[in-house]
Parts: sequence; structure tokens; C-alpha cells
Amino acid sequence: MKFGVVLFPGSNCDDDMMHVLGEVMNAEVVKLWHKDYSLDGFTTNDCIILPGGFSYGDYLRCGAIARFSHIMQAVIDFANSGGYVFGICNGFQILCESKLLPGVLLANSNQKFICKNTYLRTVTTKTKLTEHLNPAQPLKIPIAHAEGRYYADEKTLNKLVKNDQILFKYCDEKGKITNAANPNGTSLNIAGICNEKRNVFGMMPHPERAAEEILGNTDGRLLFESLMKAAMSAAH
Amino acid sequence: MSSQPSNQLTTVETAKSLGLLPAEFKKICKILRRTPNFTELSIFSVMWSEHCSYKNSIVHLKKLPREGGRLLVGAGEENAGLVDIGGGLGCAFKIESHNHPSAIEPFQGAATGVGGIHRDIFTMGARPIAALNSLRFGNLDSDRMKHLVRGVVHGISSYGNCFGVPTVGGEVYFNDSYNHDILVNAMSAGIVKIGETVSASADGPGNPVLIVGSATGKDGIHGATFASAELTEDSAKDLPAVQVGDPFQEKLLLEATLEAIKTGAIVGMQDMGAAGITCSTSEMSAKSGTGMKIDLDKVPTRQQGMKPFEILLSESQERMLIVCKKGQEQKLMEIFDKWDLECALIGEVTKNQRLQYFQNGELVADVPAKPLVLGGGAPVYERKSRKPKYLTKIEKFNIDSVKLPSNYLSAAKKLWKSPNLVSKRWIYEQYDSMIRTGTQTTNAPSDAAVVRVKGTEKSIVLTTDCNSAYVYADPYKGAMIAVAEAARNIVCSGGDPVAITNCLNFGNPYNPEVFYQFANAVAGMGEACRKFNTPVTGGNVSFYNQANIRGKIVPVFPTPTIGMLGVLDDSQKQMTLDFKKEGDLIYLIGKSKNDLGSSEYIRFNKKVKFSSCPHFDLNEEFELQQTISSLIKKGLISSAHDVSEGGIFAALLESAMVRNIGFAVVCEASIRKDAFLFGESQSRVVVSIAPDHKSAFEKFLHGKDFTLLGKVQGKRISIDEEDFGDVSGWKKTYDTELGNIMEADK
Repeated sequence: MKFGVVLFPGSNCDDDMMHVLGEVMNAEVVKLWHKDYSLDGFTTNDCIILPGGFSYGDYLRCGAIARFSHIMQAVIDFANSGGYVFGICNGFQILCESKLLPGVLLANSNQKFICKNTYLRTVTTKTKLTEHLNPAQPLKIPIAHAEGRYYADEKTLNKLVKNDQILFKYCDEKGKITNAANPNGTSLNIAGICNEKRNVFGMMPHPERAAEEILGNTDGRLLFESLMKAAMSAAH
Repeated sequence: MSSQPSNQLTTVETAKSLGLLPAEFKKICKILRRTPNFTELSIFSVMWSEHCSYKNSIVHLKKLPREGGRLLVGAGEENAGLVDIGGGLGCAFKIESHNHPSAIEPFQGAATGVGGIHRDIFTMGARPIAALNSLRFGNLDSDRMKHLVRGVVHGISSYGNCFGVPTVGGEVYFNDSYNHDILVNAMSAGIVKIGETVSASADGPGNPVLIVGSATGKDGIHGATFASAELTEDSAKDLPAVQVGDPFQEKLLLEATLEAIKTGAIVGMQDMGAAGITCSTSEMSAKSGTGMKIDLDKVPTRQQGMKPFEILLSESQERMLIVCKKGQEQKLMEIFDKWDLECALIGEVTKNQRLQYFQNGELVADVPAKPLVLGGGAPVYERKSRKPKYLTKIEKFNIDSVKLPSNYLSAAKKLWKSPNLVSKRWIYEQYDSMIRTGTQTTNAPSDAAVVRVKGTEKSIVLTTDCNSAYVYADPYKGAMIAVAEAARNIVCSGGDPVAITNCLNFGNPYNPEVFYQFANAVAGMGEACRKFNTPVTGGNVSFYNQANIRGKIVPVFPTPTIGMLGVLDDSQKQMTLDFKKEGDLIYLIGKSKNDLGSSEYIRFNKKVKFSSCPHFDLNEEFELQQTISSLIKKGLISSAHDVSEGGIFAALLESAMVRNIGFAVVCEASIRKDAFLFGESQSRVVVSIAPDHKSAFEKFLHGKDFTLLGKVQGKRISIDEEDFGDVSGWKKTYDTELGNIMEADK
């Protein structure tokens, strides 16, 4: 599985993602420029990453301008043809704005930026990203956002539940999904979701910030391992 | 083009209105050999403001150790200090104040403070990897103060988070002396390969001069002059002197600039900070012994019809001045175009050492570069100094006047509500502290921030420190303590102290009592820096932090903030502050004293305003740090945490709360119990060790001052066999108190 990390003006987690995929996971990874029109050289067994940051300054609304960039037209086509797309933080916001994922991300309920460790429960293992994760094991993965409160109407939320599209929910240290463990007022404690075809993933927490011993936390690494392992077995 | 600058001439009255002294006006006339026009006088007024010229402070700053150690450039030579961290890498770092703007418009003031300090770092070719800040607020009783806290924190958060550099550490203090003038000091540290740095110079007459980034607007005009005056009740009317920041532009500017440096086409570069184009053109020219011809019509502006002085003095953010190798402009233009940044050719370097600015084909200002700058012709003053009256009250302080508490548990509980002791979580969770995946201290807290340098085995260790109550009580000793504490925090994190940057926040230098504080603090700082071999790489001076409220002068506590850089050669060898395991033994290294002077306890619980500076001896401190450093290198200790605000009691709790494990300790009988628990006598560190190491540990410390305090155990706290309750209860107050204060009756 090859990775492409899209660099929008204002992206700022692109280097972290390149580092984790390239140096930590030893995967093949290239940076992609927002002014490019195509994803030449990528097959549907590859994965395009939309990293965190403040694309186009997040002026107007988070992710709202990025969706109109040249590269996003190619990313949308890529996703529609079955390629993997993984958006983290601002990337998740862009995926929602692009309608590759349902719902929106609103300002945190306390109206402030929040950066801290949170715990996640894996809700479904029926995706490549979560296939090899243990739903019983709470994962410690940090968040860093001002607009991470996932919101969708009831019909959409019901559909997400029915189709098993919720990837992660915020929980406490012991794995209990509680109101107190909900950091930003997000619906149903949702931290990440996938699309119906299960090839587009979005999550607010940053697994790339929790993937190395030196940072005292390797839980995030499990997601990348799962994704690469699942993709490898799918390719064979 | 005419050879004489146009426009009507000025008078001494104009000079005064621009903040210049009559004698300075005279000096300007002498330098020019004629009367300056308004544009020229404006140029002198900003360049000779305290903010740019250090005219009232440089005499003393020069006494600081400004070279040696691992310094790659001397203090003040470039936009930031640069030190060798080994492995062919340099670390550029600096701290700077943005006090006055933040007091008027806290969000933009603090935001642009962050933007400005990062720009100083990447102007040198270094990529910023860590930010810190030192904030001083007044009493949180007032809604105005809460508004300032919210605004400043939001400003730092919004700029820093978007720019994408983690805020990894810092300090926040609350004290009534900052009720009128808050302090906002921002620090940045970046990494660059040695040999790939860029200098703020303008070599090579004929080389083109480019301006890059945001268009120039009317914001921040006379900002440097504004920063060099006292705030009054009318200061809010100076709002246009506050700049407006755009972190997105700055992020583009960072990436584009670092990419542009790689082309090799850049001769010199300086960001536009205080005094805008005036400052960058004059400092770069003066440094190279050259001049510049600048066509102001070519400067992209936000509005039409801007006057020459407005363009020259504008402090619009996110701009860079670049001197490019002649003929290679296109290479740079292409990169800035790729990043959608405006880049305009506005002039060229000249031989004649003069700055000549043109508008509509007319020469609007013609001034020599050198006399404008520090070390060139800018005035230098030695101000009058007089020992402040309040110091006699401090000298009279006697610990015997402080009554022992009748109940230590309730005394501790009361103290544990001080905003200065409780967690600043409500503040720092608004900062992205983990981006760039280098922050080791997120999941393994230490006394200083530890940030690994990717691609190496090393980490940099960073801290800001200054307990201004100590400096108030004894400017000389208090400033030594600020340096010592910074070094101690770095040592307790496993690092070696390397160099400092400082931000000297004081009142009006024309007030002899304030100047006494300043001169003595600088002297104390110098002595401590020499002892720790941590030279001063630069920083800034912020005077006039005193308000004139209806005729009453209210200066802030003297606050010489120290930003210290340390190096940890092996990232894995970080030392942390938390107790690890039940059964581990707890020791105090260093000697406790019958000392409550200037402690948080005596000030918060007992409301004592005048008390002595805590005990401090520089040699004792140095020896202590050597000891701690050796113990860490020998692998004999499991945690190290220095004793500072809140005394041993706070240090023990802080070590216990991380993993929520308790401890049982016994106080030293020979010392007053309140002084033992809450006193802030310096040069002490609480360590914990595995029981297996007991004999090796004690053997190593033979002949030194150390005390077995007790051991790590259970979930509760026991002091002299008195039950102080669950650690979790103390932790709850610690984590939520500041948030409760901030969110109350919003």
C-alpha cells in the first residue's frame, strides 16, 4: 500500500504524517500538492491522506475552501472508484465538506480549542482501518481541534449506526463510553466514521501523534498497522 | 529626481510629540546637518525608541556574558540567538515581549507576539519546533482581568495552533502588581543546519531588495514608540498601534522562505517587526556598511494614498525584506508565486550607506543608516538609580512575626487554591502542544519541556522562569534565582543548560527606583549566567510597564524572564518528575532553612506584602545541580522535581498526582514546620529512588546535604503521621480550580 499525503496551503500535520508513515511504518509515501489535478501512480489499493491543519487558513469554515482545490476533485474521483482516503482532523472536516462523508464538524461545545489525550473505543472492525484493532482495548490518542463536534441529523446518525459506519467513540480510560469522556459535545461520542462503501475514513483524533515510544504512546500506530496489514492481505 | 528630500521641516515640538527628547532632536539635526522632515523624524523616533535602540538599557546589557559556550553568533548580532547543539545542528531561539499591545487588545496583541517571535527564528533559516510563553496577569477578581486572560490565551492559541508549532511550556503568574499592565512574553526555538543560516545583512551594492508577504497597511504605525511609553487610561485610543495577525499567511511565509533559502539566491533577510520597513532596511544596511534605495510606490499596500511615514513605519505582520543575488530574482519570485505570496522588487542595495526612500519619483527621506541603529549612532544613556524605599520594609521582615498555623491541613488546603500553584490546564489545553510529534513531556512530564529533534538522538530542553516576587524583594538575588531555577529545571529533566534568552520587563527607566531594580537584576543575572556557563544570546527589554492611574504610578514587579535552552544528548535519558512505584524512597537533596521569605504561602495565606527574598547561594546551587546531573547519569534516581512555589509540599504533591500514588513523609524537626512544608528556600530537589539503590545513592551523596523524607505508598498523603487525605482529592482541586475561577459568572 502506497500513501499520498496532500499538502494544502495551511496544512500543518503533513510532515508528522510523512514521518510516521515513512520513518516509523516504513511505508512508501509521497507528498501531493494541492494545485495538482491528478493522482497518477495511485491504485485503489493505495491510500490518500488528508492531514490536519488549517487548510486555506480555515477561513470561511473549516475545510470549506479546500474542497474546491484541484487535488480534491481527483481525490473525490479516487474515492468514488474505491481507493482509500483517510482524513484526520482538518482532513476529516474536508471530507465532510466534500460530501465524501456525511455530517459536519461544529465548534466544540466549550467554544475553545482543545488539545489533550483522549481515549477511543473501536466500534466497528469491519473496515481496513480497524480490522486488526481490539474493540475491548481503549486507545489513547490525542485530539487538537476547535471544531471537532460531529453533528448530523437523526436520520443520518441512525443510518451510521445501522450501517456500522462509526469507527471510534470517545470513552474513558477504562473503555466506558460516557458523557464525561466526550471532550467536545460530539453526537453519540463519535470520534470517527467511514462512508457506506467503507473506503473513506475520517477521525478527529491524531493517531500520528501517538505512534512512537519516545512520545510515550504507541496506540496510534495500531491504526496504521491495521490499515497496511489489511491492505496487504487484500492485495494478495 | 530631486536631491533634497521634499516636504516641510519639523520642530522640536514635533519631535516631542513623536516621543523624542529635545536633545535627541538636536542630535538628529547634527547628524543630518539640516532639519529633518516629518518622514525622517518619524524614522529616527522609531529607531531611537527604547524598543529598537535599547538606549536606556544597553550600558547594562553589555555587562552580561554575551559570547562563549556553544554560541554561534553573539548577542544582538542577528534576529535571534544561535547555539551549537551538536551533530551539525544549530538551535535558534529567542524570547520577546508583546506587553503593551496585549494590554489594549489581548487577542491580537498576544497573537502577533507569537507571530513575531517565530518570524525571528525562521528569518535565520531555522524551522521553529517549539514555542513557550511567560504570562503575568493581575488579580482574577476583576472581569477585566479575566477578559485579558481569555483574550491573550485565545490569541496565542489561535496563532500558534494555526502556524503549526507546539506550545510546549511556559509559566503563568497572577499578582496584583500586574493589575494594570499585564506581561506577555513569547519564546520560540528552531533548528537549522549549521552553515545554512541566513544573516540579516545587505551585502553587495546593486543587489535587488524584495518585500514578501502581506501587503502593508496602516496597522501598528508607531508601535515601537507606543511600546516605549506608559499606558494611560487613554491608551485604548492608540488602537491603530496594535497590529493584526494572520497565522495562515505566516505559515505560507515560513514554508516559502525555507524553500527560498535552499536556492542559494538569498544574500540576507530580515522580518518586519517593530518599526517595519524602516527597521529592516536600516539594520540590514548598517550591518553591511551599505545603504538602500527604496521606491515606496512599489510596496504593495492595503489602501491607496498611504503617506511615506505610514508605509515606512507600518508594523503590518507577516512580511519579510530580502536582499537577493542580482539576476536571481526570478528563482525567488517563482517560489513565492507557488505559495501564492506577494513578492515585489522595491529597491536595491547602494554603496553610499544612506537610506533613500522615494515616492512618486521624489526623494521623501534621506538618512544615513548607521546612526539609526544600536551600536551606530543611536543615543546611549545611563539613567539615575536609587535604592527603592520599599526595600527597607523588606529588610525589616522577620520570620518570627509569622504565626505558626494551628492546623497544617487547612493551611495546605487554603494554599492549594492559589492560582499560582494550581494547574494551568484551563490555559494550556487551548494550545496545541503535540504537533510536530516531538513533545516528550506530554506523556512523561519533567520540570522543563523536552522536545526531540527528529533525525537525531538528541532533544532540546526548554523552560521559562522568573518568580518576580523574589526579584521585587531583592533584584540582584531574585534575578540570579530566575537563572538558577531555569538551569535547575533543565538539569532535573536530564539536560545540560546551554544558553539563555531574556525578556526584561520593568517600569519606567526614568524612575530611579525602577532603574535600580533593572541595573541590579541585570547584574545578578550576569553573575548567575557566568556560573552556569549559559551566555545570553539576546532577547528584549520592555520598559514602561507601569500605569499612571490618576497620577499614581504603579510599576509591575521587576520581571526579568529567563528563557533557557538545554540539550539532552540522548533523548531516551530524559528524567521525569513523577513518583513511579509504591515502595520507592523519597529524599530531599539540598538543605532546608527556616525561611518563608517571599513564598506563595506567606503572600497568599498570610497576606504579607514585604518579606525577604528566599535563601539562595550561587555556589550551593551550582553544586546541587552537578549532583542531580550525576545522579541521573548514574541511573540512581527515578524522579526529580525541584522545590519552587509552594515549597516541598507542592513538589511532593506534583510528583504524586501524575500517577495518583500517595506518600508518607516526616518533616525535619529542626525547622519550623510551616517553613519546611511551604518555604521556598532555593537549591533543593525532591527525588525518588528504587529501594535497591539506597546504599549506592547514599554513598554517592556522602558529605552532601540530603534528607530521607519518606516513601511512596498507597493513595493517601501522610505528613508526620497526620492523614492529609487522598491524592485524588488534591488533584481534583489542582485540575479544576483555575477553570472554575475563569468560568464563574461569565
